[in-house]
Amino acid sequence: MFGSFIKKSRAKSPWIMHFDCGSCNGCDIEVLACLTPLYDVERFGIINVGNPKHADVLLVTGTVNHRNKKVLKNIYDQMPEPKAVIAIGACGNTGGVFRDAYNVVGGIDKVIPVDVYVPGCPAKPEAIIDGVVVGLGKFAQKVEEAE
Amino acid sequence: MDTLILVIIGLVAGPVIGGLVAGLDRRVTAWFQSRQGPPIMQSFYDVAKLLGKEKMVVNQWQILCAWVYLIAAAVSVGLFFAQGDLLVIFFVQAVGAVFLVMGAMSAKSPFSQVGAQRELMQILAYEPVLILVFVGIYLVTGSFSISAVWELEQPLLAKMPLLYLALGYALTIKLRKSPFDFSTSHHGHQELVKGVLTEYSGPYLALVEIAHWYETVLILGLCALFWSTNVFWMAALLLGTYALEILVDNTMARMTWRWMLKRVWLLGMGMSVVNLIWLYAG
Ligand code: SF4
Repeated sequence: MFGSFIKKSRAKSPWIMHFDCGSCNGCDIEVLACLTPLYDVERFGIINVGNPKHADVLLVTGTVNHRNKKVLKNIYDQMPEPKAVIAIGACGNTGGVFRDAYNVVGGIDKVIPVDVYVPGCPAKPEAIIDGVVVGLGKFAQKVEEAE
Repeated sequence: MDTLILVIIGLVAGPVIGGLVAGLDRRVTAWFQSRQGPPIMQSFYDVAKLLGKEKMVVNQWQILCAWVYLIAAAVSVGLFFAQGDLLVIFFVQAVGAVFLVMGAMSAKSPFSQVGAQRELMQILAYEPVLILVFVGIYLVTGSFSISAVWELEQPLLAKMPLLYLALGYALTIKLRKSPFDFSTSHHGHQELVKGVLTEYSGPYLALVEIAHWYETVLILGLCALFWSTNVFWMAALLLGTYALEILVDNTMARMTWRWMLKRVWLLGMGMSVVNLIWLYAG
C-alpha cells in the first residue's frame, strides 16, 4: 500500500532543477514565467529547487559547449534516481541557431540522455509545463521497467 | 497503560497534523500571492516521493544525524502527549536540533556549512526563550509537569501574555519562516540554495521533513497550553497564532542573524523577564 502511494506521489511532486547551459536567456525567462501566478506550476506540486540533490527533473535550456559540458554532466550525476531530463528550446534540442558555432557541441543529448524535447524559440510556458507532464509519464514508465 | 496510548497517539498524530499544517500553509500562502497553490496533501506526496528515491549520501554521519533528529523530535512529541516533564522535552528536542546541524557540518559544501552556522545562531536565539517560558509555567503551576497545566482554573495566557509573545518568536524561528528563514528557505533557488538541508537528499531529506513536522506540532502544542481550560478558545488561539505567522511570513523580508539575535534577545527575552518578575512578585 505504501509502495503504491510512493508511486502515485512521484508524479504529484516533481521537483525541478533548472540549468542554463548557454542559453540566450529567452528560454530561461519562459521557464521562470511558469512559476508566476499566471501559470502557477505549484498547483501540480512542481517546485524549482535549484539543488540537483533534491531534484527529480532537470530542465536544460540552451546549447552545450566545450566549457559547460562537464558541469552539465556533473549536475546530472548528482541527481538521485529516478530522474528525467527535459531539453528546452531549439538550442537545447539540437543546438538551434548556434549549432555551427566553433565552440558548440550541440544539443543536450550529446552529453546526457534526454527524455523529452520541448520545441520553440523560445519555448512557450504552456509547452514547458506540457513537457514536464510528459516527462513524468516517462519516468513512471522507467521505474516500472526497472522493477 | 494510559501513558502508552497517549504516546502512540502523539507519535501518529504528530506527522499527520504537521503535514496538514504544512499543506494548508502553502495553500494560504499561494492565496496571498493570488495563485491557486498545491493540494493540501502536497507535503505527504513530497515526503513519500523522497522516501522512494535513491539513497545518496555524502558520508555516513548524515544518516545517523537525520535519524537522531527524527527520533529526538518524535520522542519529544511523544513525551508532550504523555504529559511528561517540560524540561526533559526541552533537552530531547535540543539534542535533535544539534544533530541536524552536525549532519550539515559533516559535508564540505559551503551552502550546508553556512546554513549550519546560521541554524546554530537560531538555536542560540530560541532555546533561552523556550526555557524562560517553561520557568514561567513553573512559577504559575509550581511544577514542570504538563499535567499540572491541565489542572489550572484560569488559562496561562492571562498570567503570561508577554511570555506568549516571546514564544511567538520561537515559533517563527522553529518554523523557519521569514524574517528568520536564513538557515534554510522554502525556495531553494536563492543565495543559500537550501542551507542546512542542501546536502540531505532522498529518504534522509524525508526524515528531516517528518522531524520538522513533529517540531511544528511540539511548538504549537506549547502554544495550546496557554489556553488549556477551554478547547474552543484553545483552537481559536492556535488558529489566530498560525494565521499571524503566515501573514508575517508573507509580508516580511529575510533578515540577518544579527538582527535576529538583537530582536529575540532584547525584545523576546526582555518581555519574558518582565513577565517572570511580575509572576514572581505577584
Ligand atoms: S531556443 Fe531561442 S530563446 Fe531559447 S535559448 Fe535558444 S535562441 Fe534563446
